[in-house]
Amino acid sequence: MYKYVVNRVLLMIPTLLGAAVLVFLVLRLAPGDVCEMRMAGTGLFADPEAIAICQDNLGLNDPKIVQFGRFIGGYFTADLGISMWTAQPISHEIEVRFKLSLQLALMATFLSVLIAIPLGTISAVKQNTWMDYAVRTFSIAGIAMPSFWLGILIILGLLISTQAWFGTPWMPPIYYVPLFEDPMGNLSQLIWPALATGYRYAAVSTRMTRSALLEVLREDYIRTAHAKGLLEKLIIRRHALKNAMLPVVTVIGIEFAFLMGGLVVTEQVFNLNGLGKLFVEAVLNHDYNMTQQLVMLVALIFIITNFLVDLLYAWLDPRIRYA
Amino acid sequence: MKKFLTTVAAIGAGAAIGLGAMGASLAATPKSGGVLDFVVPSNPPSYDAHQETTFGVIHPLAPMYSLLIRVDPNDPQSSAFVCDLCVGGVPSATDGGKTYTFKIRTGVKFHDGTPLTSADVKASLDKIVSPPKGVPSSRKATFVMVDSISAPNAETLVIKLKFPSGAFIPALGAPFNWIYSKKDLDRQNGYSWHKTHVNGSGPFIFKSHVAGSHIEGTKNPNYHHKGMPYLDGFKAIIAPKMNLRVQAIRADHAAIEFRGFPPKHRDDLVKALGDKITVQESDWNCGNLVVFNTKMKPFDDKRVRRALTLAIDRWNGSKYLQKIAIVKTPAGIVFPTHPLAATKAELEQLAGMWPDIKKSRAEARRLLKEAGQENLTFDLHNRAVDQPYKHVGTWLIDQWSKIGVKVTQKAVPTAEWYSKFRKTKDYQVGLDANCQSVVNPVADVAKVLCSSTNNYSQCENPKLEDLFEKMNKESDQAKVRTMMREYERIVLDEEAYIGHALWWYKINPHRSYVKGWKIAPSHYLNQQLDNVWLDK
Repeated sequence: MYKYVVNRVLLMIPTLLGAAVLVFLVLRLAPGDVCEMRMAGTGLFADPEAIAICQDNLGLNDPKIVQFGRFIGGYFTADLGISMWTAQPISHEIEVRFKLSLQLALMATFLSVLIAIPLGTISAVKQNTWMDYAVRTFSIAGIAMPSFWLGILIILGLLISTQAWFGTPWMPPIYYVPLFEDPMGNLSQLIWPALATGYRYAAVSTRMTRSALLEVLREDYIRTAHAKGLLEKLIIRRHALKNAMLPVVTVIGIEFAFLMGGLVVTEQVFNLNGLGKLFVEAVLNHDYNMTQQLVMLVALIFIITNFLVDLLYAWLDPRIRYA
Repeated sequence: MKKFLTTVAAIGAGAAIGLGAMGASLAATPKSGGVLDFVVPSNPPSYDAHQETTFGVIHPLAPMYSLLIRVDPNDPQSSAFVCDLCVGGVPSATDGGKTYTFKIRTGVKFHDGTPLTSADVKASLDKIVSPPKGVPSSRKATFVMVDSISAPNAETLVIKLKFPSGAFIPALGAPFNWIYSKKDLDRQNGYSWHKTHVNGSGPFIFKSHVAGSHIEGTKNPNYHHKGMPYLDGFKAIIAPKMNLRVQAIRADHAAIEFRGFPPKHRDDLVKALGDKITVQESDWNCGNLVVFNTKMKPFDDKRVRRALTLAIDRWNGSKYLQKIAIVKTPAGIVFPTHPLAATKAELEQLAGMWPDIKKSRAEARRLLKEAGQENLTFDLHNRAVDQPYKHVGTWLIDQWSKIGVKVTQKAVPTAEWYSKFRKTKDYQVGLDANCQSVVNPVADVAKVLCSSTNNYSQCENPKLEDLFEKMNKESDQAKVRTMMREYERIVLDEEAYIGHALWWYKINPHRSYVKGWKIAPSHYLNQQLDNVWLDK
């Protein structure tokens, strides 16, 4: 097990290097740069001398290999550098957003697990009954409906209904307050996007739980458990569900990693100051430093999440042993 | 000059009264207290306005700084300037129009307690006008007329010009010319210190900035305009999505957005909130320009360029476009309400502004036939931004189809849009914008000057260069006006390097309890917020 963990950690290095090369090259293929965006992006007079000085100061005229060396050297020494757009340290810019993204991802994951596992189980156990059809309709609707669109509906619904009922329109707050500073303010902002994203997430997990459980329920050892006269509840909880959880855990892991950096549109809809919104701004502003570090962060989150999911497999199914 | 300014003020006042929305706030007595929440569509780049160009830095940070002179906050439509850090009125030039002597206020302090003197003003203006090597200044080029800046004593600032210029005072009044403390500029890395730090002498003191979320300011109790600011503070909330900004005003999470909304959002807010919403509207010192690449065939032929501008029915198009987009006024290259702008009669002489569109389009077809371009097709290089670029682009394509020209709109992200204009230059016809802050026509029309790095038509015309130089050095506004007409005629008609589409129209619906703020002709102007108060 120890050897397996060390190997997996070492494998992270070439994976991250690959991501670094890719993002570095792709970013520089796009026309324009951050100095043009800052100094000419508004239609005002753009002084070519000022743009040239800005490019020089930011090292944009340095050879590409030097720029790459600076980027990768900084990454592996935890010096993420300065945002080309705001001139603030990238570590600070990311730290502010990371808290929100993490909280939202955890809330959405919690909601989805809370919904998906019971519903998926009911759907599998009561296969081809009205309950199964209802759950399947619910989950297919969740997969079909983009979270950002559901987010827009939630905001409009809140505005219209509160104006109709209370005379004053209300919508979730538009800036973030930390949970421990103002729990009510924090939750009243994040519960809605958590619902919007959690619904889709729950829909995917429900379907996965259902199909995995259906497969397990047809296994010989489940039939044996029934033959031994074990209670149905016990069979499902102790023998079937735990074994059916392997693919579900994988889906939950991937979705969690996706939520950490991929809520690009939903964050814009709710004006959430998260990593997804920062990603969009960094790309649009041609802030190479920020975009590169964000890609590396998301890559790292995916790698770590996958690694943890793999470790979880062994706990869920003791037959799995890593060597 | 005085007569000129009086005329400007009269026109501005007329426009303001015509808009009607300001009367109520003029009459009421300001109340102190409260925090103004407003939304900003853009995440500010660095804090240093001397090198930045976006309103994203002006809206949340201008309230923390003072200017030497500024657009009159009580009458921002007028284009008249008043003293902010100077005393009395804006001084008239002496020495044949070449010397300006400013008396600097005493007793003003920066937020860190350092007294403000003329040395601070000089150091700040030096950074803008003649920055040291390696320090970018986005407005250096607007001060080509400045010869020297000196501070003979703590209360006096003298600016000497190389030649008299009507463009100097408006350039000085630009909202980006924040006055920094010399002490901060003299720090070891002084010229980059302001990119990440704030220390001004404005009505509000920097309180906090949560990156990507909001910037807060609190009242400066030692502000030099006595009795102001009225607000206890403000919170500028960054919200890039327009729909969300509209809904934020509706839900009262924000009272105002200072940039401007399209007509539909104004109507939605008014419908939802009735008299809880006040709407201020104004012509906007921004316009869309159709730029013909004169180095690309067949746009090197002025008959083709002229035909394309003749096909555009600006007078009628305006009536419909103003209902869906932030554009309205058909005019020439000068801001429509400015005394240097062409009158309607003068405009009607220019290609594409003729009152009879049938005659105009018949002439356009004749010119295309003569140039052998009856089946002309081309791509319109446009910016992938709805308001108003894509709306105007779609309208132009329809207009050109009326003379049998087939056009495909290629809307691309901003960086690519600029790159094609400025670097690769491989476009045929593009939709550009000229968006300025202070209404300073002589400087603003540099955009269409062939030698300007911002004119993407790649034209060459010594006559235009000569006219521009003469306008810049002429202080008699009547003479400038005559030269401006000739300059405009060459650009829009004779050579048709550029086709002026329509001027933008600024619409600011805001919560009715916001008082004192008056709409300016630019989203960069009148943003210090010292005269804003809340009637709650």
